[in-house]
Amino acid sequence: MGITEKIAGEKITLAHGSGGIQMHNLIRSLFQKRFRNEWLDQMSDSAVIGNPAGDGDALCFTTDSYVVAPLFFPGGDIGKLAVCGTVNDLAVEGATPLFLSCGFIVEEGCEILVLEKVADSMADAARTAGVKIVTGDFKVVEKGKADAIFINTSGIGRRSRSRGFGREHIRAGDKVLINGFIGEHGAAVMAARGNFDLQSDIKSDCAPLNGIISDMLAVSEGIRFMRDPTRGGIATTLNEIAEGANFGITLDEAALPLRDDVKAACEILGFDPLYLANEGKVITIVSAEDSACVLEAMRSHTLGRESRIIGEVTASHAGRVVLKTLLGAHRIIDMLSGEQLPRIC
Amino acid sequence: MKYLDEYRDPALAHRILDKIAEACGERSELAAIMEVCGTHTMSIARAGLRSLLGENLRLLSGPGCPVCVTPNDYLDRAIAIARQRDAIIATFGDMMKVPGSSSSLYQERGNGARIEMVYSPLDALKIAEQNPLNKVIFLGVGFETTAPTVAATLAKARADGVKNFFVLCGHKIVPPALFALVNDPELKLDGFLCPGHVSAIIGSRPYEFIARDYGLPCVIAGFEPLDILQGIWMILRQIIEKRGASVEIQYSRAVAAEGNPKAAAFMEKVFEPVDSIWRGLGKIPASGLAIKEEFGDWDAARVIQADVGETREPAGCICGMILRGVRLPMDCPLFRKTCTPENPVGACMVSSEGTCAAYYKYGNG
Repeated sequence: MGITEKIAGEKITLAHGSGGIQMHNLIRSLFQKRFRNEWLDQMSDSAVIGNPAGDGDALCFTTDSYVVAPLFFPGGDIGKLAVCGTVNDLAVEGATPLFLSCGFIVEEGCEILVLEKVADSMADAARTAGVKIVTGDFKVVEKGKADAIFINTSGIGRRSRSRGFGREHIRAGDKVLINGFIGEHGAAVMAARGNFDLQSDIKSDCAPLNGIISDMLAVSEGIRFMRDPTRGGIATTLNEIAEGANFGITLDEAALPLRDDVKAACEILGFDPLYLANEGKVITIVSAEDSACVLEAMRSHTLGRESRIIGEVTASHAGRVVLKTLLGAHRIIDMLSGEQLPRIC
Repeated sequence: MKYLDEYRDPALAHRILDKIAEACGERSELAAIMEVCGTHTMSIARAGLRSLLGENLRLLSGPGCPVCVTPNDYLDRAIAIARQRDAIIATFGDMMKVPGSSSSLYQERGNGARIEMVYSPLDALKIAEQNPLNKVIFLGVGFETTAPTVAATLAKARADGVKNFFVLCGHKIVPPALFALVNDPELKLDGFLCPGHVSAIIGSRPYEFIARDYGLPCVIAGFEPLDILQGIWMILRQIIEKRGASVEIQYSRAVAAEGNPKAAAFMEKVFEPVDSIWRGLGKIPASGLAIKEEFGDWDAARVIQADVGETREPAGCICGMILRGVRLPMDCPLFRKTCTPENPVGACMVSSEGTCAAYYKYGNG
């Protein structure tokens, strides 16, 4: 079979959308190749574009679509997620989020009351994050052509040019920080799907991160890089940071903040919390000298009480992420491949 | 976390590791121990145990991943049934990505087949009751751990008169495969780390022939790092003390010598032993389970016609030898090159308990 025939027959599977390696490859080979330009080629959560007003600050621009099922889950809903997700994509670029757009695709038959609840929640989240929703679009499709409500939001933010951090500033010896427990969003949504008969109090960590990030940036010039580890979890995000770089990353299993209930759910269902989605977490890479003061700033914020240093940037194993296990052994952590699937026995 | 952290205690683990190193040091030759069960393989890789055990001890992965040993013709049949318009396939998630001769259930779902992932066969029965106009086929794959619940579900389907629920039975049992392994002249072993969950059902007696007739120590171990290390240490102690091989139970919090008679009785009521083909090991006498005739109306193999087509095994894949413990994943020319979790050639690369998947995901440690 020739290569073209294989591609001609190949179809999109859920794995292409789960934030792992298949999606990564598809975006690079199908979209980036065709859209290529200097801003897209930054390939970060937001594009940093010049400011037409020319006052020295840069504009950041990002977009994201939200298709979560169920629409409502402990700790949040699709509306809160649609605001926080886009706010966070701007915030991790060091930008102050200013304006959002929102586009709705709604399935025929969706109750207006449900839509109202979602809109209320978006308004709340926008108020908390200090952003304005300034434009939007609304489409209805026939029953069965969508699942209740899909939302797209785009966002614009402003960042002062002097901040200038990026992956190229990461050095061996830098510390890897996170602002609290991992895997809560992924575990909460799975439990809320109800097909596991799992009784749990796990809540999604869905929250706007611009507040805590601005506190962190205020205390340190040594912050090199930030990413919000959403789909694919911290394992996939750290792999994206290390990919093709001249440094590696070592994670310390003993330092990973993990709630007992999330841990228990993962044990029962056969999931690895390193690959579960987060919606209110930021992975930050900081110079070793500044790690203590950044950690303190994080812990002073309500979204960062459980902040920890979870790993270190290394000169060894360049391009790879390695976990130091509880027993002191080392093993590789790869990107998520496919969806995480339940185990057999 | 209670009942979990105790079994991952680093200080205790290093004390056992020291003892293991000492025991290995007393022997001139290398010790080779097979972990039969795929859950052991994954747990060993996840904790990085191989790299801690030193060079005098080799852990070989055995044929204990049910998905991996399921031959292609079973998958091809499941896929052929999935393509039928009124069929809903219900399966454990592990089966989704396993490549058959020309497709996988995952690809079929992309093409529009109805395939539901479940955690229990009882959930599949529920799906049948909710969709009376469809045929719901549960893929019964697994060892003695999953077979009893499938047997119980079949008994319930009959009692409740559910007529649209079927099981495509690919169940296998472990002891006959171990018999085949100890008679494999290529394989040189010093002991078996026996599976914990399977033994919770069958107990320790079915392994006794290995100790008695072949002089190989067997230890039934749990799945946490400390369980596994203690299991290895118990095997080594049997070798060193030269007091004659026996079957010991490390995993005593879950396994009794007589197993679980109630679960075993359910299996006996519904299933009967048949010769069965294991990927890599070939046909092993009385190593599979078939649905008894009195439950024949719920047996997908008898009731549902399917155009299976020609079954092909993937060229160049050495899954078979890896499942027998005579080769390692790195010995395979396809490993990490053409065979990856995204584009698997053999089942061992995609099953969550597959040896190749463990080595790929966690490195060679």
